[in-house]
Amino acid sequence: MSKKTLFLQGNEACVEGALYAGLDFFAGYPITPSTEIAEMLSMRLPKKGGKFIQMEDEIASMCAIIGASLTGHKSMTATSGPGFSLKQEAIGYAVMAEVPCVVVDVQRGGPSTGMPTKVSQGDVMQTRWGTHGDHAIITLTASNHQDLFAITVEAFNLSETYRTPVILLLDEVIAHMREKLVIPEKGEIPLVERLWTSVKEGTDYHPYLPREDGRLPMSDFGGVHRYNVTGLVHDMWGFPSEDPRIAYGLMRHLVDKIEGHVKEMTHVKEYYLDDADVVLISYGSSARSALHLVENRRARGERLGLLELQTLWPFPAEAVRKSCERAEYVIVVEMNMGQVTEEVRKVVHDHETVFLANRIDGTFISPTDIRNILRVVQGKGV
Amino acid sequence: MSVREYLRERFMPHLWCPGCGHGIIMNNLIRAIESLGIKKNDIVMVTGIGCSSRISGYLDFHTLHTLHGRALAFATGVKLARPELKIIVPMGDGDAIAIGGNHFIHAARRNIDITAIIMNNRVYGMTGGQFSPLSGYGTLATTAPYGNIYEAFDTVELARGAGASFVARTTTYHVRSMKEIIEKAIMHKGFSVVEILSQCPTYFGRKNKRGDAVEMLKYLKESTAPIGSERKRKNPALIERGIFVEEDRPEYCAEYEKIVEKAQKG
Amino acid sequence: MERYRIVFSGSGGQGVITASIILAEAAAIYEGLNAVQSQSYGAEARGGSTRADVIISDREIRFPKVNQPNILVCLTQQAFNKFSGSIRPGGLLLTDSHFVQLERKVDARQVELPMYQSVIKAMDKPTALNMCMLGAMLSLVPLVKTESIMKVLNEKTPATFLGMNKDAFEIGRKLVVEAGIEPQELA
Repeated sequence: MSKKTLFLQGNEACVEGALYAGLDFFAGYPITPSTEIAEMLSMRLPKKGGKFIQMEDEIASMCAIIGASLTGHKSMTATSGPGFSLKQEAIGYAVMAEVPCVVVDVQRGGPSTGMPTKVSQGDVMQTRWGTHGDHAIITLTASNHQDLFAITVEAFNLSETYRTPVILLLDEVIAHMREKLVIPEKGEIPLVERLWTSVKEGTDYHPYLPREDGRLPMSDFGGVHRYNVTGLVHDMWGFPSEDPRIAYGLMRHLVDKIEGHVKEMTHVKEYYLDDADVVLISYGSSARSALHLVENRRARGERLGLLELQTLWPFPAEAVRKSCERAEYVIVVEMNMGQVTEEVRKVVHDHETVFLANRIDGTFISPTDIRNILRVVQGKGV
Repeated sequence: MSVREYLRERFMPHLWCPGCGHGIIMNNLIRAIESLGIKKNDIVMVTGIGCSSRISGYLDFHTLHTLHGRALAFATGVKLARPELKIIVPMGDGDAIAIGGNHFIHAARRNIDITAIIMNNRVYGMTGGQFSPLSGYGTLATTAPYGNIYEAFDTVELARGAGASFVARTTTYHVRSMKEIIEKAIMHKGFSVVEILSQCPTYFGRKNKRGDAVEMLKYLKESTAPIGSERKRKNPALIERGIFVEEDRPEYCAEYEKIVEKAQKG
Repeated sequence: MERYRIVFSGSGGQGVITASIILAEAAAIYEGLNAVQSQSYGAEARGGSTRADVIISDREIRFPKVNQPNILVCLTQQAFNKFSGSIRPGGLLLTDSHFVQLERKVDARQVELPMYQSVIKAMDKPTALNMCMLGAMLSLVPLVKTESIMKVLNEKTPATFLGMNKDAFEIGRKLVVEAGIEPQELA
C-alpha cells in the first residue's frame, strides 16, 4: 500500500479533497456540524502558506472568500443550516459577479436552529433557491469518504470552469462518521485551474464578455487589467446597466452556462438498475441505507436497484428518467419532506409510481425504515 | 498625472445630485493617491451599497462594488489574499455603521491594513432620505416624520474603542486637510478610519431646513473645530476634527505571516 | 469474517469515543478490513452518557450505525440500563464491576471485570480506563491484532501518554487471561 491511507471523519475527507484541489483561502465561522472543517484548515492552510481566517459572522466569511477568489485564489467556506441562510445574499453575489468559490453546507435538523447535532437533508431546495432572483446553481453531494474527496475536487473544478459558486451539500452523518480514505496520487484526479485572459496590458479587457464556448477568462485583482465587479446587472465591462437587452443577455448567460451543460455536470452512481422493478433514488448518507437494503434484498432474489445522485443541481433529469423507465415503483429516500421526490415526479413517465421514504425527526434513516415503506407501497402491509 | 486619468470617463456623468459632498471627497481622494504616487494597479477599491458606494465605478482602480454593509468583509478577503495591495473602502454612514457595523468593529479589532472612509451625510440618500445611525436626535427623515429619537454614534469613539489604529475626522469644507488626512490614512499600516462629514442637500438638507449646499458647507465650517483648539475650548459643543488616533500596532496580515512561519517550522 | 457491530458506552470523559476510533482505525488501516466509526451527540451527551458505534467487516459497510450490537461494552450504570436491551442474542456484554450492577440478565455472554479498580491500583488515576477496556475486549473477541492497536497508539498518542496507554491495554488483557475466560466466537 504505497498510497496514503487515512481513517477520518467526512468533514476531514472534505478538507483533504479541497487541499488536493488547490484550496488556499478559507474563511469561516464556527457552527455545528461543520466546525471540524474550519478547525482542520486553521492547522493545515498556514503550513502550505495558504490563508485561514475566522470572520465575525457567516456573512463576512462568504464575502471574504469572494474577495479572495477575485485575487486568483481557490477559496472555500463551510457552514450549516442557520449559517447557510445568512450566506445566501453573498452567494447570489457570487452567482451574479461570476466568482468561482465553494460553499460547504453540512446539513442538520431545521428549520431555524432546529436540531444542531442531528441529521437532516432539508437544505436541498435552499441550495437551489436560497438566494433571491432567477439563477442557476451547482450542488454536489456524496455518500462515502472516497466519493466525498473526489466530489470536493469536482466542486472546485466546476466552479473554475463555469465561474460560479458551487455548493457542496453534506449532512451530519457523513460529516462525523469515520471511515477509510485513500488519498489519490497527484494528477490522478485532473484539476481545473483558473482560465486567465490572454489580453495583454494596454488592450481593452472585457471581464464579462464570454468567449464562444461561454467561458469567461479572468484577470485577477492586482493584475494589469483594472475592471469593475458588481452585483448589479452589468455590461461587458462590469459596469451597472439597466438596458433591457443587456439584462436579458446576462440572465440568459448566467442560466444557460449551467443548464446548458447538465450532461457534463451529472454525476450519478448506478447499482443493480438493469433489471430493477423497484428503483430507489437517494443521495448523501441516506444512499448508504438505501444501498444496504438493496444489497440485502438482492441476496434474497428481490429485484431492487439504486440510483445515487451526486449532482443534485442542475437536476440530472435525464439520468433519473432513464433509470425509472421500467420500474414498477420508485422510492426516493431522503431525510426531508420530499424535496428531491418532487423533482423526480416532474421527470418520470408516471408520477404516481413515485413514493417517498423519509425520516424528519433527526434520526438517521435505516434500511428497516425504507423497507417498511416499501412493504406498504407494495401492498404487503407493515 | 491629471485627475482625469483616474476617472473612468466612459461612465460619466455620475449619479450624485448637484451640491452633493461625495464629489468633493472623490476629488480629494484622487489627489491624495496622486500625490502619494501609488500605481493604479496596486489599488483595490471596495464599496458597499448607497450613493457613496458608486464611487468605485467611477475610478480607474481594481474596483469591487459589493453588498450593502459588506464592503469591509469583501475587502478583508482581498487584503489577506494579496497583502501587498492597497485597499480603500469608501462607505456611507448607514452602510458602514448600521448594516455594516459588525464588520466595521471587527475590521478595526483585527487592525487589518485597510483604509475605511466614511462619507457621512447623515442620511440614506439612495433610498430617498431615511434616518441613519449618524442622523442624530431630533432630526427629521422620511422614516422619522415626528423626529428621530435615536442618538447618533460618535464614529471616532466607536472606531477608537473597537481598536482602529488610525482615526480621523474632517469635512467636505476642509478640503486641504481632507487630502492630507487621507494620505496619512492610506500610508498608515493598520486599520485607518477617516470620517468625512459631507452634505446631502437633496434629502437631509431639505428635510431639516439646512439650506442649500453652500449653507450646509458653511455649517460644516462653523460647527467644527480642530482638536484641542481655542475655539473648541470656548465652545465645547463644536465637533472636533483632525487626527484622533495614530498608533503603531500589530497589523493583521503581518501577524498572519508569523502564524505561517510558526506552522511551517512545527 | 462476519460483520461485527460494536457499541462502547459510558460517560463523557471515560474515553469510549477515543477507544472506538483506535479500534476502527486499527482494523481499517492495519488489517485491510472495512471499518466505520460514529458517535452520537445530543441528548445522550447532555444526559451524561456517551456512545460510540463501530462496525468491522471484510465486506463493504453501507449503513454506518449499530442497531443491535454483537459486542456491547458498558462503563456506567446509565449506559447499561439504556443499551443492554439492544444486544444481539448470542453476543457479548462486557461491563465494569465498579460502575455497573447487573440488574437483569440479557441473552448474551456476560463478562464483568474490575477494569476501573485494576487501572486505579496500577496507575492511581482512571485516565487509561478506555485502553484497559479495549485490551479486555480484544482478549475476549480477537477482532484485530494487538500489534495493530499498538501501531495506532504509536502514531496517535502523545508521547507522554503512550506508555500509560500500552500498560493499561496490557492490564485489560491480563484480567481476561487471569480470570481464565476463553475467547469466544460470536453468534
